[in-house]
Amino acid sequence: MGLLDTLVRRGSALTTPFLPDDYLSMVNPLWSGGRGPTRELRARVEAVSREAAGSATLVLKPGLGWDGHLPGQYVGVGVEIGGVRHWRTYSLTSPDRVTITVKGLGLVSNQLVRRTPVGTVLRLRPAAGDFVWRSGRPALFLTAGSGVTPAMGMLRGLVRRGPLPDITHLHSALARDEVIFGPELRRLHATYPPYRLVERHTAADGLLTMSELDALVPDWRERETWVCGPAGLLEAVSDHWTSAGLSERLHVERFTPLVVGGGSGLVSFARTGAQAQADSTLLEAGESAGVLMPSGCRMGICFGCVVPLLQGQVRDVRTGDVHGEPGDLVQTCISSPEGDCALDV
Amino acid sequence: MTSAAPAHPSLAHLSDADIEQIGVELDALRDEVLASRGEADAAYIRKVIKTHRQLESGARATLLVSLFPPAWLAGTAMLATAKVLENMELGHNILHGQWDWMRDPEVHSTTWDWDHATPAEDWKHSHNYLHHTYTNIIGKDRDLGYSVLRLSEDQEWKPYHLAQLGINAGLSLFFEYGVALYDIELEKVLHREMSVRAAAGRLGKLWKKVRPQLVKDYVMWPLLSGPSAVTTLGANLTANLARNVWTHTVIFCGHFPDGVAQFSEEQTENETRGGWYVRQLLGSANLEGSELFHVMTGRLSYQIEHHLFPDLPSNRYGEISPRVQEICERYGLPYTTGPLAKQYLTVLRRIARLSLPSGPSDVPVPVRRTAKKAA
Repeated sequence: MGLLDTLVRRGSALTTPFLPDDYLSMVNPLWSGGRGPTRELRARVEAVSREAAGSATLVLKPGLGWDGHLPGQYVGVGVEIGGVRHWRTYSLTSPDRVTITVKGLGLVSNQLVRRTPVGTVLRLRPAAGDFVWRSGRPALFLTAGSGVTPAMGMLRGLVRRGPLPDITHLHSALARDEVIFGPELRRLHATYPPYRLVERHTAADGLLTMSELDALVPDWRERETWVCGPAGLLEAVSDHWTSAGLSERLHVERFTPLVVGGGSGLVSFARTGAQAQADSTLLEAGESAGVLMPSGCRMGICFGCVVPLLQGQVRDVRTGDVHGEPGDLVQTCISSPEGDCALDV
Repeated sequence: MTSAAPAHPSLAHLSDADIEQIGVELDALRDEVLASRGEADAAYIRKVIKTHRQLESGARATLLVSLFPPAWLAGTAMLATAKVLENMELGHNILHGQWDWMRDPEVHSTTWDWDHATPAEDWKHSHNYLHHTYTNIIGKDRDLGYSVLRLSEDQEWKPYHLAQLGINAGLSLFFEYGVALYDIELEKVLHREMSVRAAAGRLGKLWKKVRPQLVKDYVMWPLLSGPSAVTTLGANLTANLARNVWTHTVIFCGHFPDGVAQFSEEQTENETRGGWYVRQLLGSANLEGSELFHVMTGRLSYQIEHHLFPDLPSNRYGEISPRVQEICERYGLPYTTGPLAKQYLTVLRRIARLSLPSGPSDVPVPVRRTAKKAA
């Protein structure tokens, strides 16, 4: 890679106004990316394997510019559908390789699970997120459905270092054979006694309620807790931990913002001149109008999507708060227009 | 404010309602294409991008041994072809935002840069906005042709116009620099509408855009060619000149051949959406040729369709052309088209004719104005 790097850095005098990446990627599509704001990281799908509950694991080979990741972090994945780029975020489920496990629900996930053959070149954003392992006190993983994915990333990372530490893992899924990574989790449970897997099969036993927590995990208050799953679970857990005064021991991973309610209005995108009548988030409105919107986690955490507001006001869809003065940097992924507004993008 | 538009030979038979109906039909045609954009279009533009890069790589590699005449010839031809593709089917069309809907930052009007003297940002203003909005309005369309050359009877004759056939030939060779310098609007300094400092700033920006391209073509690649340095330099110069002549020829055939109408500012004062469409129809001319020819003109051979719908993907102009012609026929509007040689000849004839003093045209060529709102 050293020689390639030099070529790419020095070679632009020969390729201007294009980049050496643009020519190198004709030889190998992975030899382009991460350089300059407009050359995106690429990854090739190396393998696709089916998992439980209509999900699939994709093994990705990232191209030049990939800086690695920590188990538990997420990655933005760009997929082209009908000629149009769509972005979603997925937890990385392997410590050394770039693998994502996707449940085939929704436009993008469905495309990844069912219509993404080996060899497809996807786009990536750098890994991000602080939903990562911190050693110290005993741990509790509270996961449901495909929310198991970041926990799996952490468990696999820990297993590579040695026997698993004291972790109680309370996981909900519809039924036993609907548990994504079920066999692997059960094997870890059998192999490393400090790791205790408690399965909740909700089709038979109903949804987990916080009142059951004391019985299922008596020492939950002592544990550093990581929670990932549907919005209802996240909300219940957050409330429960907050009322117990333990919210600093809780790590929450969301894949969509918790929506209270958004506004609507006409959004103008000053640099391209595009306009869109929107009752969605500003990010979605811009993307639909063909504007190059910066984006990251798409759930209000990473601030990778901020754009200066030129005029008007926006509403935070998570809280319903209306705010904004000209020049404010707004998070487009969790803001909707509150009446007409203009963005400097 | 209702305005009885001056009679136009092509528009006299149409009512205001007809003009608006043409607008409605063209809007529907546009919506139809917008709704059907998809995978095949994305694959098309990626294929052109790939072809350009392959041609350019092949050309540069071949020219490393350009001392060998067949290599010079093949390399120069490939490089000229690559540069034409890059300026026309890629640069011009991508900068129009024709491919923004893909949301791919590598094929987007806000990030694309091109092998042309005009910085992409400035081009989007002078071309996408000024030229496409004020097409063929004498005095407002900042198309280069209208200020260096006399292309309309309504332009005042000056003695230097006597030499305009020669000026046109020179302009054709150095077209990209002509366009770029013209966009700086240096004449505004003379008229004290722009400070010398501002002009210097704009020249500096132009130099910043031009220099790396000059270094690439006339320093780096010749140096890399070792013993073939001189022949490679010659090849790169030839390719650039050939690209300039080609783009100039195609572009001049878009608005200046016989049969294309020009307008005055007053004539378009109260123009409606339908009136704008009709002006684009009357003010543009197509070229006939093979699919390869269309690609090499960046589909400016479908100048009429391009001017009606500047931001539709260029690969779709061909398929809507019969529909536009059908609308023209139905409403009795001209649809100017012809082969390149014939069209360019009429352009040259016009340049020659107007190099001599002559009064304003006898027949005014207005676009019909339609009422906007009662004032």
